Amino acid sequence: MSKKLRPLPKAPTGIDGLDRITLGGLPRGRPTLICGSAGCGKTLFGIEFLVRGALQFNEPGVCITFEESARDLALNVASLGFDLEQLQKSKKLVIDHIYIDKSEIAETGEYDLEGLFIRLNAAIDSIKAKRVLLDTPEALFAGLSDTGVLRSELRRLFGWLKDKGVTAVITGERGEGTLTRHGLEEYVSDCVILLDHRVQNDAVTRRLRVLKYRGSTHGTSEYPFLIDEHGISVLPVTSLGLTHPASTARISSGIPDLDAMLEGHGYFRGSSVLVTGSAGTGKTSMGAHFVDAACGRGEKAILFSFEESPEQVIRNMRSIGMDLERWVKKGLLHIESARPTAFGLEMHLVRMHHLLKTHKPDVVVIDPISSLLPGGSEHDVQALVLRIVDFLKHSGATGFFTALNAEDDLQSTALSISSLVDAWILLRNIEVNGERNRLLYVLKSRGMAHSNQIREFLLTHRGVRLREVYLGPGGVLTGSARVAREADERRAEIQRQQEIQDRERAITASLRAVEAKIAALQAEKVAHENELTSALGADHAQKAVALADIEALRKSRGMTIESTGRTQRPNGREGKS
Amino acid sequence: MKPAKQTKVKHSAKSKAPAIRYDLRLYVAGQTPRSLQALANLKRICEEHLAGNYRVEIIDLLKKPQLAAGDQILAIPTLVRTIPKPARKIIGDLSNTERVLVGLDVRPIPGNGTH
Repeated sequence: MSKKLRPLPKAPTGIDGLDRITLGGLPRGRPTLICGSAGCGKTLFGIEFLVRGALQFNEPGVCITFEESARDLALNVASLGFDLEQLQKSKKLVIDHIYIDKSEIAETGEYDLEGLFIRLNAAIDSIKAKRVLLDTPEALFAGLSDTGVLRSELRRLFGWLKDKGVTAVITGERGEGTLTRHGLEEYVSDCVILLDHRVQNDAVTRRLRVLKYRGSTHGTSEYPFLIDEHGISVLPVTSLGLTHPASTARISSGIPDLDAMLEGHGYFRGSSVLVTGSAGTGKTSMGAHFVDAACGRGEKAILFSFEESPEQVIRNMRSIGMDLERWVKKGLLHIESARPTAFGLEMHLVRMHHLLKTHKPDVVVIDPISSLLPGGSEHDVQALVLRIVDFLKHSGATGFFTALNAEDDLQSTALSISSLVDAWILLRNIEVNGERNRLLYVLKSRGMAHSNQIREFLLTHRGVRLREVYLGPGGVLTGSARVAREADERRAEIQRQQEIQDRERAITASLRAVEAKIAALQAEKVAHENELTSALGADHAQKAVALADIEALRKSRGMTIESTGRTQRPNGREGKS
Repeated sequence: MKPAKQTKVKHSAKSKAPAIRYDLRLYVAGQTPRSLQALANLKRICEEHLAGNYRVEIIDLLKKPQLAAGDQILAIPTLVRTIPKPARKIIGDLSNTERVLVGLDVRPIPGNGTH
């Protein structure tokens, strides 16, 4: 009763990635043309469509092969894990090999291809097939000379397949200037998928493009695809809508000093971190720290190394006091090493995809992502990184990528991918005073107040340490210059201490001198007082003597002592009381 | 005289009729005008050129579709010469007698005239 318009029904192919591009699969009940040059994987595509239909979606299939015999076909796809014979036994698959040997056929008069229809119909009815592969009806053009009949019969065939309600895949070899050599695209126009393989820098890149999909939207880009032991994998950009969740949890970088620069907590979990720097700046060591810290928390990690073998990574990290081997033994860490030139870019991508799916890591380090550059254009690598970043974000894993760049052009290679990542840490060498030293700074870190400071980056036997740098008149000071500066500071401090002591001593000395002076003055004062006392005493004595003398004189003259007293004081008033 | 002279494989151009026994199968799909036409043509050619020396089996694939795969039948109608070996196929309504005879590797009998 829903009033919603029913979208075009689709038959999922089961091919990894393709169903995402086509938003559900091939048009159900309609024919789809798969075209491409020789060796691009058309037949395999068709077979995988049938096999997965039979195994995953319970839709039996009929394979009409015009080129290979049923036995050859079974042998050819056995390496991909498809057991066609078993499928035939269990009535999930019918293979009919139709061939025409022109040398044993004479044509006389009118004919049609009713025999083909009858055979196809019988095969479909025998197992109630829902899927059909015709690989490739163009071979008929080599066997029959009346192309007029052939064309009209093919047109009838595709119409008939539609009426029959089977989902059909028809393959066609690419012709000059046309999609197929004999113009099958004229008859099959509901859905056309183009397969392509190109040699680029000595590596083959397979690509798939949905050229046309009547009645449905679809991804229009060229998508790399891969044929490996799991069959075909198509690699779309996993999230077109940027809808991945964002965690607020933090995850340590494994370097406490760096964590301190990132609000003290490290990166966001599930974010992507890019570390760029020139050769020998310690990018790998930073990656190893990150992995080591993750494994130390009991999380799973994958380290993709494009430059070193697993053993080499382990040995080298031991030199900075890190034992990665124990994590490998515990099964927490997987080190995957591959030469960047070993395969094309998309093969790397698929291998990563497979590993990420099977290992389900919390932390992924790719070291260095820039070595993939020779395998494709910068655009390709950017697309690859975007796909990885997207995939990691969706799976909630934290990605850590390193990238090498030229000493004089620190941000060039990073530019193309730096906008894709959440945090970007830059390492650089500086050469002063006859030595090279490493510097680290956080160029960006989305969503946190990161430090704006440049730190000196030290690789010690106990791992990476960050030190504050000194800003001198000639720029930052690192290495020996920093050590010298530290020594200078120490000397200056000692000198300062000494000066303080000296001044203390001097002040104390002068204090003492003053005190001594005070003591001397005291003594002088006492002396003066004594003098005064003695002077008064003498005066008194003299006075007494003088009085006695006057008394004696008065006595001798017969006068009283009082009148004499009055004459002694000129005011005279006091003398009365 | 069918079975008697079967061993006589080689024959001269002057012999009246080839002594080889012909086993033919005509594949049709229902009673379509084209099938009927082919059948009529075949009968005429056989009578004229292989008189008494042939056997024709008519297979209607609408009734027995499973038989189509064995002889790799694709086009309808198809005439298959199963004997003598190797097998030969002629597709079409057999309207061109000359081509049918060439296809069946039957030499035309001189004087009889083929049109």
